[in-house]
Amino acid sequence: MKRPIRVLVAKPGLDGHDRGAKVVANALRDAGMEIIYSGLHQTPEMIVEAAVQEDVDVIALSVLSGAHRTLFKRVRDLMDENGLGDVALLGGGIIPNQDIGELKKMGVREVFGPGTDTRRIVEYIRELFEKRHEGEKTG
Amino acid sequence: MHDAYLEKFLAGETLAASRLMSIVERGGDDAEAILTALFPRVGRAYRIGITGLAGAGKSTLVNRLIRHYRDQHLTVGVVAEDPTSPFSGGALLGDRVRMIDSCGDPGVFIRSIASRGSETGFSEKATELADVLDAFGRDVILLETIGIGQLEYKIHFSAHTTVVVLTPDAGDDVQSLKSGLMEIGDVFSVNKSDRPAAREYADELRSMIELRLSGSGWHPCVVATVGTTGEGVDELAGAIASHRAYLDTKGLFEEKRIQALRNRMTMLAEEKLKEFFWENEYIRGHFDDVLRDVSTGKQSPYQAAARIVESFKIEKQKGR
Repeated sequence: MKRPIRVLVAKPGLDGHDRGAKVVANALRDAGMEIIYSGLHQTPEMIVEAAVQEDVDVIALSVLSGAHRTLFKRVRDLMDENGLGDVALLGGGIIPNQDIGELKKMGVREVFGPGTDTRRIVEYIRELFEKRHEGEKTG
Repeated sequence: MHDAYLEKFLAGETLAASRLMSIVERGGDDAEAILTALFPRVGRAYRIGITGLAGAGKSTLVNRLIRHYRDQHLTVGVVAEDPTSPFSGGALLGDRVRMIDSCGDPGVFIRSIASRGSETGFSEKATELADVLDAFGRDVILLETIGIGQLEYKIHFSAHTTVVVLTPDAGDDVQSLKSGLMEIGDVFSVNKSDRPAAREYADELRSMIELRLSGSGWHPCVVATVGTTGEGVDELAGAIASHRAYLDTKGLFEEKRIQALRNRMTMLAEEKLKEFFWENEYIRGHFDDVLRDVSTGKQSPYQAAARIVESFKIEKQKGR
Protein backbone atom coordinates (compact mmCIF):
# COMPACT_ATOMS: atom_id res chain seq x y z
CA MET A 1 0.00 0.00 0.00
CA LYS A 2 1.37 3.37 -1.00
CA ARG A 3 1.90 5.28 2.15
CA PRO A 4 0.44 8.74 2.70
CA ILE A 5 2.67 11.63 3.61
CA ARG A 6 2.46 12.54 7.30
CA VAL A 7 2.83 16.16 8.28
CA LEU A 8 2.85 17.73 11.73
CA VAL A 9 1.37 21.22 11.60
CA ALA A 10 2.47 22.96 14.75
CA LYS A 11 1.90 26.26 16.47
CA PRO A 12 4.72 27.01 18.86
CA GLY A 13 4.75 29.84 21.34
CA LEU A 14 2.27 32.53 22.09
CA ASP A 15 0.25 32.84 18.90
CA GLY A 16 -3.38 33.40 19.71
CA HIS A 17 -5.02 32.04 16.61
CA ASP A 18 -4.44 29.32 14.10
CA ARG A 19 -6.63 30.18 11.13
CA GLY A 20 -3.72 30.13 8.71
CA ALA A 21 -2.33 26.88 10.03
CA LYS A 22 -5.77 25.31 9.74
CA VAL A 23 -6.16 26.48 6.14
CA VAL A 24 -2.86 24.82 5.27
CA ALA A 25 -3.73 21.69 7.28
CA ASN A 26 -7.01 21.34 5.40
CA ALA A 27 -5.36 21.88 2.02
CA LEU A 28 -2.78 19.23 2.76
CA ARG A 29 -5.52 16.86 3.91
CA ASP A 30 -7.41 17.49 0.69
CA ALA A 31 -4.24 16.60 -1.17
CA GLY A 32 -4.29 13.17 0.45
CA MET A 33 -1.86 13.72 3.33
CA GLU A 34 -2.30 12.72 6.95
CA ILE A 35 -2.05 15.79 9.11
CA ILE A 36 -1.34 15.75 12.80
CA TYR A 37 -2.35 19.07 14.17
CA SER A 38 -0.65 20.12 17.37
CA GLY A 39 -2.94 22.79 18.68
CA LEU A 40 -1.85 26.15 20.05
CA HIS A 41 0.84 27.08 22.56
CA GLN A 42 3.20 24.26 21.94
CA THR A 43 6.76 24.30 23.18
CA PRO A 44 9.52 23.15 20.84
CA GLU A 45 9.93 20.10 23.12
CA MET A 46 6.25 19.16 22.76
CA ILE A 47 6.43 19.59 18.99
CA VAL A 48 9.45 17.34 18.55
CA GLU A 49 8.02 14.77 20.95
CA ALA A 50 4.89 14.59 18.80
CA ALA A 51 6.99 14.37 15.64
CA VAL A 52 8.92 11.42 17.07
CA GLN A 53 5.82 9.52 18.23
CA GLU A 54 3.95 10.15 14.99
CA ASP A 55 6.93 9.48 12.69
CA VAL A 56 6.14 12.44 10.47
CA ASP A 57 7.85 13.25 7.20
CA VAL A 58 7.60 17.01 7.62
CA ILE A 59 7.13 19.50 10.45
CA ALA A 60 5.37 22.68 9.34
CA LEU A 61 5.74 25.41 11.94
CA SER A 62 3.47 28.40 11.85
CA VAL A 63 4.66 31.44 13.76
CA LEU A 64 2.86 34.78 13.89
CA SER A 65 4.39 36.27 16.99
CA GLY A 66 7.78 37.32 15.71
CA ALA A 67 9.71 34.86 17.84
CA HIS A 68 10.56 32.83 14.76
CA ARG A 69 14.32 32.94 15.03
CA THR A 70 14.50 31.34 18.45
CA LEU A 71 11.59 28.97 17.91
CA PHE A 72 12.79 27.60 14.58
CA LYS A 73 16.33 27.15 15.83
CA ARG A 74 15.18 25.36 18.95
CA VAL A 75 12.91 23.03 16.98
CA ARG A 76 15.59 22.23 14.40
CA ASP A 77 18.16 21.52 17.13
CA LEU A 78 15.76 19.27 19.02
CA MET A 79 14.89 17.43 15.80
CA ASP A 80 18.58 16.75 15.16
CA GLU A 81 19.15 15.66 18.75
CA ASN A 82 16.23 13.23 18.61
CA GLY A 83 17.01 11.34 15.43
CA LEU A 84 14.86 13.44 13.11
CA GLY A 85 17.80 14.77 11.11
CA ASP A 86 16.23 13.78 7.81
CA VAL A 87 12.79 15.20 8.59
CA ALA A 88 12.14 18.51 6.84
CA LEU A 89 11.25 21.66 8.74
CA LEU A 90 9.06 24.17 6.92
CA GLY A 91 7.91 27.58 8.05
CA GLY A 92 4.82 29.65 7.66
CA GLY A 93 3.09 32.60 9.26
CA ILE A 94 4.37 36.14 9.61
CA ILE A 95 8.06 35.96 8.81
CA PRO A 96 9.80 39.04 7.41
CA ASN A 97 11.52 38.40 4.06
CA GLN A 98 14.85 39.57 5.41
CA ASP A 99 14.84 36.77 7.98
CA ILE A 100 14.17 33.96 5.54
CA GLY A 101 17.85 33.61 4.56
CA GLU A 102 18.85 33.24 8.18
CA LEU A 103 16.15 30.67 8.81
CA LYS A 104 17.29 28.63 5.84
CA LYS A 105 20.84 28.67 7.17
CA MET A 106 19.45 27.27 10.41
CA GLY A 107 17.98 24.37 8.49
CA VAL A 108 14.48 25.51 7.63
CA ARG A 109 13.96 24.16 4.12
CA GLU A 110 11.46 26.71 2.91
CA VAL A 111 9.24 29.46 4.21
CA PHE A 112 5.71 29.98 2.91
CA GLY A 113 4.24 33.36 3.79
CA PRO A 114 0.57 34.23 4.12
CA GLY A 115 -1.25 34.08 0.84
CA THR A 116 0.99 31.38 -0.61
CA ASP A 117 -0.98 29.20 -2.97
CA THR A 118 -1.49 26.02 -0.99
CA ARG A 119 -0.92 24.00 -4.16
CA ARG A 120 2.69 25.18 -4.10
CA ILE A 121 3.07 23.89 -0.57
CA VAL A 122 1.51 20.55 -1.55
CA GLU A 123 3.88 20.18 -4.51
CA TYR A 124 6.89 21.12 -2.43
CA ILE A 125 6.08 18.56 0.24
CA ARG A 126 5.40 15.87 -2.35
CA GLU A 127 8.82 16.47 -3.91
CA LEU A 128 10.51 16.33 -0.51
CA PHE A 129 8.80 13.05 0.21
CA GLU A 130 9.81 11.52 -3.14
CA LYS A 131 13.42 12.46 -2.54
CA ARG A 132 13.43 11.14 0.99
CA HIS A 133 12.07 7.77 -0.10
CA GLU A 134 13.91 7.35 -3.36
CA GLY A 135 14.79 3.73 -3.80
CA GLU A 136 12.38 2.49 -1.18
CA LYS A 137 9.86 -0.01 -2.43
CA THR A 138 6.33 1.29 -2.65
CA GLY A 139 3.24 -0.90 -2.57
CA MET B 1 16.83 -2.34 8.01
CA HIS B 2 14.18 -3.23 10.48
CA ASP B 3 16.58 -5.43 12.41
CA ALA B 4 18.37 -2.27 13.41
CA TYR B 5 15.08 -0.74 14.50
CA LEU B 6 14.14 -3.88 16.40
CA GLU B 7 17.36 -3.75 18.38
CA LYS B 8 16.77 -0.14 19.33
CA PHE B 9 13.13 -0.89 20.05
CA LEU B 10 14.10 -3.61 22.51
CA ALA B 11 16.46 -1.12 24.10
CA GLY B 12 13.48 1.15 24.70
CA GLU B 13 14.06 3.79 22.04
CA THR B 14 10.88 5.73 21.22
CA LEU B 15 11.83 6.67 17.68
CA ALA B 16 12.52 3.03 16.84
CA ALA B 17 9.06 2.08 18.15
CA SER B 18 7.56 4.86 16.06
CA ARG B 19 9.37 3.80 12.89
CA LEU B 20 8.35 0.18 13.40
CA MET B 21 4.76 1.32 13.78
CA SER B 22 5.01 3.06 10.41
CA ILE B 23 6.29 -0.10 8.77
CA VAL B 24 3.48 -2.08 10.39
CA GLU B 25 0.94 0.46 9.13
CA ARG B 26 2.13 0.03 5.58
CA GLY B 27 1.47 -3.68 5.71
CA GLY B 28 3.12 -6.29 3.54
CA ASP B 29 5.98 -8.65 4.22
CA ASP B 30 8.00 -6.23 6.35
CA ALA B 31 5.03 -5.60 8.61
CA GLU B 32 4.39 -9.30 9.04
CA ALA B 33 8.05 -9.97 9.81
CA ILE B 34 8.04 -7.31 12.51
CA LEU B 35 4.77 -8.45 14.05
CA THR B 36 6.03 -12.02 14.04
CA ALA B 37 9.24 -10.95 15.77
CA LEU B 38 7.25 -9.02 18.39
CA PHE B 39 4.54 -11.63 18.92
CA PRO B 40 6.18 -13.34 21.93
CA ARG B 41 6.19 -10.00 23.72
CA VAL B 42 2.56 -9.16 23.09
CA GLY B 43 -0.08 -9.77 25.74
CA ARG B 44 1.08 -7.97 28.86
CA ALA B 45 -0.74 -4.69 28.39
CA TYR B 46 -4.29 -4.02 29.52
CA ARG B 47 -6.27 -2.72 26.56
CA ILE B 48 -9.18 -0.36 26.93
CA GLY B 49 -11.31 0.58 23.94
CA ILE B 50 -13.00 3.97 23.93
CA THR B 51 -15.71 4.30 21.35
CA GLY B 52 -18.86 6.29 20.68
CA LEU B 53 -20.26 8.87 18.33
CA ALA B 54 -18.26 11.82 17.09
CA GLY B 55 -18.37 14.79 19.43
CA ALA B 56 -19.05 12.70 22.52
CA GLY B 57 -15.81 13.87 24.09
CA LYS B 58 -13.79 10.67 23.81
CA SER B 59 -10.42 12.38 23.44
CA THR B 60 -11.06 14.61 26.41
CA LEU B 61 -11.92 11.57 28.52
CA VAL B 62 -8.88 9.70 27.24
CA ASN B 63 -6.77 12.67 28.33
CA ARG B 64 -8.18 12.34 31.83
CA LEU B 65 -7.80 8.59 31.97
CA ILE B 66 -4.16 8.88 30.89
CA ARG B 67 -3.47 11.11 33.89
CA HIS B 68 -5.31 8.71 36.15
CA TYR B 69 -3.10 5.80 35.11
CA ARG B 70 0.03 7.92 35.21
CA ASP B 71 -0.79 8.88 38.77
CA GLN B 72 -0.69 5.15 39.48
CA HIS B 73 2.77 5.06 37.89
CA LEU B 74 1.58 2.96 34.98
CA THR B 75 2.96 3.63 31.51
CA VAL B 76 0.40 4.38 28.84
CA GLY B 77 0.09 3.94 25.10
CA VAL B 78 -2.68 5.54 23.07
CA VAL B 79 -3.81 4.71 19.55
CA ALA B 80 -6.23 7.39 18.38
CA GLU B 81 -8.05 6.81 15.13
CA ASP B 82 -9.65 9.40 12.87
CA PRO B 83 -11.39 8.89 9.55
CA THR B 84 -9.65 9.08 6.21
CA SER B 85 -11.59 11.16 3.71
CA PRO B 86 -13.00 8.81 1.09
CA PHE B 87 -12.54 11.59 -1.48
CA SER B 88 -9.01 12.77 -0.93
CA GLY B 89 -7.47 9.87 0.93
CA GLY B 90 -6.16 12.37 3.46
CA ALA B 91 -6.98 12.79 7.12
CA LEU B 92 -6.90 15.37 9.89
CA LEU B 93 -5.69 13.63 12.99
CA GLY B 94 -6.72 15.94 15.75
CA ASP B 95 -7.30 13.71 18.77
CA ARG B 96 -3.81 14.37 20.05
CA VAL B 97 -4.64 18.03 20.59
CA ARG B 98 -6.92 17.12 23.49
CA MET B 99 -4.32 14.98 25.21
CA ILE B 100 -2.37 18.07 26.09
CA ASP B 101 -1.72 17.12 29.71
CA SER B 102 0.60 14.36 28.64
CA CYS B 103 3.07 16.44 26.68
CA GLY B 104 6.58 15.98 27.87
CA ASP B 105 5.72 12.81 29.78
CA PRO B 106 7.82 9.94 28.42
CA GLY B 107 5.47 7.57 30.16
CA VAL B 108 2.81 8.37 27.55
CA PHE B 109 3.12 7.41 23.89
CA ILE B 110 0.38 8.75 21.65
CA ARG B 111 0.05 7.59 18.07
CA SER B 112 -2.56 8.87 15.67
CA ILE B 113 -3.82 6.65 12.90
CA ALA B 114 -6.07 7.35 9.95
CA SER B 115 -8.63 4.71 9.12
CA ARG B 116 -7.27 4.49 5.56
CA GLY B 117 -10.34 3.01 4.01
CA SER B 118 -11.26 0.52 6.65
CA GLU B 119 -15.03 0.20 6.42
CA THR B 120 -15.65 -0.94 9.91
CA GLY B 121 -14.52 2.18 11.67
CA PHE B 122 -11.87 0.39 13.60
CA SER B 123 -9.01 -0.88 11.60
CA GLU B 124 -6.96 -3.95 12.21
CA LYS B 125 -4.00 -1.65 11.84
CA ALA B 126 -4.92 0.08 15.08
CA THR B 127 -4.83 -3.28 16.84
CA GLU B 128 -1.42 -3.97 15.33
CA LEU B 129 -0.09 -0.59 16.47
CA ALA B 130 -1.38 -1.48 19.92
CA ASP B 131 0.60 -4.74 19.64
CA VAL B 132 3.76 -2.72 19.07
CA LEU B 133 3.04 -0.53 22.11
CA ASP B 134 2.27 -3.68 24.10
CA ALA B 135 5.59 -5.23 23.10
CA PHE B 136 7.25 -1.91 23.91
CA GLY B 137 6.21 -2.42 27.49
CA ARG B 138 3.27 -0.09 28.00
CA ASP B 139 1.10 -1.17 30.95
CA VAL B 140 -2.16 0.29 29.68
CA ILE B 141 -3.20 0.91 26.10
CA LEU B 142 -6.14 3.14 25.24
CA LEU B 143 -7.64 2.59 21.80
CA GLU B 144 -9.82 5.45 20.66
CA THR B 145 -11.97 4.83 17.63
CA ILE B 146 -13.69 7.09 15.16
CA GLY B 147 -17.07 6.58 16.66
CA ILE B 148 -19.08 5.84 13.57
CA GLY B 149 -21.26 3.89 15.89
CA GLN B 150 -21.70 0.89 13.64
CA LEU B 151 -19.70 -2.28 13.51
CA GLU B 152 -17.72 -1.24 16.53
CA TYR B 153 -17.67 -4.85 17.55
CA LYS B 154 -14.13 -5.21 16.33
CA ILE B 155 -12.82 -3.02 19.09
CA HIS B 156 -14.74 -5.18 21.49
CA PHE B 157 -12.62 -8.10 20.44
CA SER B 158 -9.34 -6.22 20.51
CA ALA B 159 -9.81 -4.63 23.89
CA HIS B 160 -10.22 -6.20 27.31
CA THR B 161 -12.70 -3.56 28.39
CA THR B 162 -14.75 -1.46 25.99
CA VAL B 163 -16.06 1.91 27.11
CA VAL B 164 -18.90 3.43 25.09
CA VAL B 165 -19.10 7.21 25.43
CA LEU B 166 -22.52 8.80 24.95
CA THR B 167 -23.91 12.26 25.48
CA PRO B 168 -27.41 13.36 26.50
CA ASP B 169 -27.79 15.68 23.53
CA ALA B 170 -31.20 16.83 22.60
CA GLY B 171 -32.83 14.64 20.02
CA ASP B 172 -30.72 11.61 20.84
CA ASP B 173 -32.96 9.08 22.38
CA VAL B 174 -31.53 6.15 24.27
CA GLN B 175 -34.00 3.98 22.34
CA SER B 176 -32.49 5.02 19.06
CA LEU B 177 -28.99 3.95 19.99
CA LYS B 178 -27.69 1.52 17.47
CA SER B 179 -27.89 -1.87 19.08
CA GLY B 180 -24.28 -2.59 18.16
CA LEU B 181 -23.11 0.09 20.56
CA MET B 182 -25.34 -1.26 23.31
CA GLU B 183 -23.96 -4.76 22.91
CA ILE B 184 -20.27 -4.02 23.00
CA GLY B 185 -20.15 -1.72 26.00
CA ASP B 186 -18.69 -3.12 29.18
CA VAL B 187 -18.83 0.35 30.69
CA PHE B 188 -20.95 3.28 29.53
CA SER B 189 -19.87 6.83 30.10
CA VAL B 190 -22.58 9.46 29.88
CA ASN B 191 -20.30 12.38 29.14
CA LYS B 192 -21.15 16.08 29.24
CA SER B 193 -23.24 15.18 32.25
CA ASP B 194 -23.45 18.79 33.26
CA ARG B 195 -26.07 19.17 30.54
CA PRO B 196 -29.75 19.15 31.37
CA ALA B 197 -31.54 15.80 31.17
CA ALA B 198 -28.25 13.97 31.73
CA ARG B 199 -29.61 12.16 34.76
CA GLU B 200 -32.73 11.00 32.93
CA TYR B 201 -30.62 9.84 30.04
CA ALA B 202 -28.37 7.84 32.34
CA ASP B 203 -31.40 6.30 34.05
CA GLU B 204 -32.96 5.31 30.72
CA LEU B 205 -29.68 3.79 29.70
CA ARG B 206 -29.52 1.74 32.89
CA SER B 207 -33.05 0.48 32.24
CA MET B 208 -32.18 -0.55 28.71
CA ILE B 209 -29.11 -2.38 29.95
CA GLU B 210 -31.21 -4.10 32.61
CA LEU B 211 -33.63 -5.31 29.93
CA ARG B 212 -30.83 -6.81 27.90
CA LEU B 213 -29.13 -8.63 30.74
CA SER B 214 -29.23 -12.38 30.35
CA GLY B 215 -28.92 -13.37 33.96
CA SER B 216 -25.40 -14.08 35.09
CA GLY B 217 -22.47 -12.37 33.52
CA TRP B 218 -21.08 -8.89 33.61
CA HIS B 219 -23.51 -6.13 34.47
CA PRO B 220 -22.40 -3.10 32.42
CA CYS B 221 -22.10 0.06 34.51
CA VAL B 222 -23.19 3.53 33.59
CA VAL B 223 -20.98 6.35 34.83
CA ALA B 224 -21.77 10.05 34.56
CA THR B 225 -18.74 12.07 33.51
CA VAL B 226 -17.81 15.59 32.57
CA GLY B 227 -14.62 15.24 30.55
CA THR B 228 -13.83 18.92 30.52
CA THR B 229 -13.73 19.18 34.32
CA GLY B 230 -12.69 15.63 35.16
CA GLU B 231 -15.81 14.96 37.17
CA GLY B 232 -16.65 11.26 37.25
CA VAL B 233 -13.33 10.14 35.77
CA ASP B 234 -12.27 8.36 38.95
CA GLU B 235 -15.57 6.50 38.89
CA LEU B 236 -15.02 5.66 35.23
CA ALA B 237 -11.58 4.25 35.99
CA GLY B 238 -13.15 2.38 38.90
CA ALA B 239 -15.75 0.83 36.60
CA ILE B 240 -13.01 -0.25 34.19
CA ALA B 241 -11.09 -1.76 37.10
CA SER B 242 -14.23 -3.63 38.21
CA HIS B 243 -14.62 -5.13 34.77
CA ARG B 244 -11.00 -6.14 34.78
CA ALA B 245 -11.43 -7.81 38.16
CA TYR B 246 -14.52 -9.59 36.84
CA LEU B 247 -12.60 -10.96 33.84
CA ASP B 248 -9.86 -12.08 36.19
CA THR B 249 -12.17 -13.79 38.69
CA LYS B 250 -14.09 -15.62 35.97
CA GLY B 251 -10.89 -16.67 34.22
CA LEU B 252 -12.03 -14.90 31.04
CA PHE B 253 -8.72 -13.38 29.98
CA GLU B 254 -7.61 -16.50 28.20
CA GLU B 255 -10.94 -16.85 26.42
CA LYS B 256 -10.78 -13.26 25.19
CA ARG B 257 -7.23 -13.70 24.09
CA ILE B 258 -8.05 -16.77 22.04
CA GLN B 259 -11.12 -15.12 20.53
CA ALA B 260 -9.00 -12.15 19.47
CA LEU B 261 -6.39 -14.45 17.97
CA ARG B 262 -9.11 -16.43 16.18
CA ASN B 263 -10.50 -13.24 14.65
CA ARG B 264 -7.06 -12.10 13.61
CA MET B 265 -6.07 -15.41 12.05
CA THR B 266 -9.39 -15.68 10.23
CA MET B 267 -9.01 -12.21 8.80
CA LEU B 268 -5.42 -12.80 7.73
CA ALA B 269 -6.20 -16.16 6.13
CA GLU B 270 -9.17 -14.72 4.24
CA GLU B 271 -7.07 -11.81 3.03
CA LYS B 272 -4.39 -14.14 1.72
CA LEU B 273 -7.01 -16.28 0.04
CA LYS B 274 -8.50 -13.26 -1.70
CA GLU B 275 -5.06 -12.21 -2.91
CA PHE B 276 -4.43 -15.75 -4.16
CA PHE B 277 -7.67 -15.65 -6.14
CA TRP B 278 -7.20 -12.24 -7.69
CA GLU B 279 -3.54 -12.85 -8.55
CA ASN B 280 -4.47 -15.79 -10.73
CA GLU B 281 -3.92 -15.16 -14.43
CA TYR B 282 -7.01 -17.01 -15.50
CA ILE B 283 -9.24 -15.02 -13.19
CA ARG B 284 -7.70 -11.76 -14.27
CA GLY B 285 -8.13 -12.68 -17.91
CA HIS B 286 -11.65 -14.05 -17.74
CA PHE B 287 -13.51 -12.16 -15.08
CA ASP B 288 -14.68 -9.45 -17.44
CA ASP B 289 -15.85 -11.97 -20.01
CA VAL B 290 -17.93 -13.74 -17.42
CA LEU B 291 -19.25 -10.39 -16.26
CA ARG B 292 -20.35 -9.67 -19.81
CA ASP B 293 -22.46 -12.84 -19.81
CA VAL B 294 -24.15 -11.56 -16.68
CA SER B 295 -24.73 -8.05 -17.99
CA THR B 296 -26.22 -9.40 -21.20
CA GLY B 297 -28.53 -11.62 -19.21
CA LYS B 298 -27.00 -14.93 -20.26
CA GLN B 299 -26.25 -15.85 -16.66
CA SER B 300 -27.16 -14.67 -13.19
CA PRO B 301 -24.35 -13.34 -11.01
CA TYR B 302 -24.78 -16.47 -8.90
CA GLN B 303 -24.23 -18.86 -11.78
CA ALA B 304 -21.34 -16.75 -13.04
CA ALA B 305 -19.60 -16.63 -9.68
CA ALA B 306 -19.95 -20.38 -9.23
CA ARG B 307 -18.62 -20.92 -12.74
CA ILE B 308 -15.59 -18.75 -12.28
CA VAL B 309 -14.67 -20.38 -8.99
CA GLU B 310 -14.99 -23.81 -10.62
CA SER B 311 -12.66 -22.69 -13.39
CA PHE B 312 -10.27 -21.38 -10.76
CA LYS B 313 -10.20 -24.77 -9.04
CA ILE B 314 -9.49 -26.49 -12.35
CA GLU B 315 -6.69 -24.06 -13.15
CA LYS B 316 -5.14 -24.75 -9.78
CA GLN B 317 -5.40 -28.51 -10.26
CA LYS B 318 -3.59 -28.10 -13.54
CA GLY B 319 -0.89 -26.28 -11.67
CA ARG B 320 -1.56 -22.88 -13.26
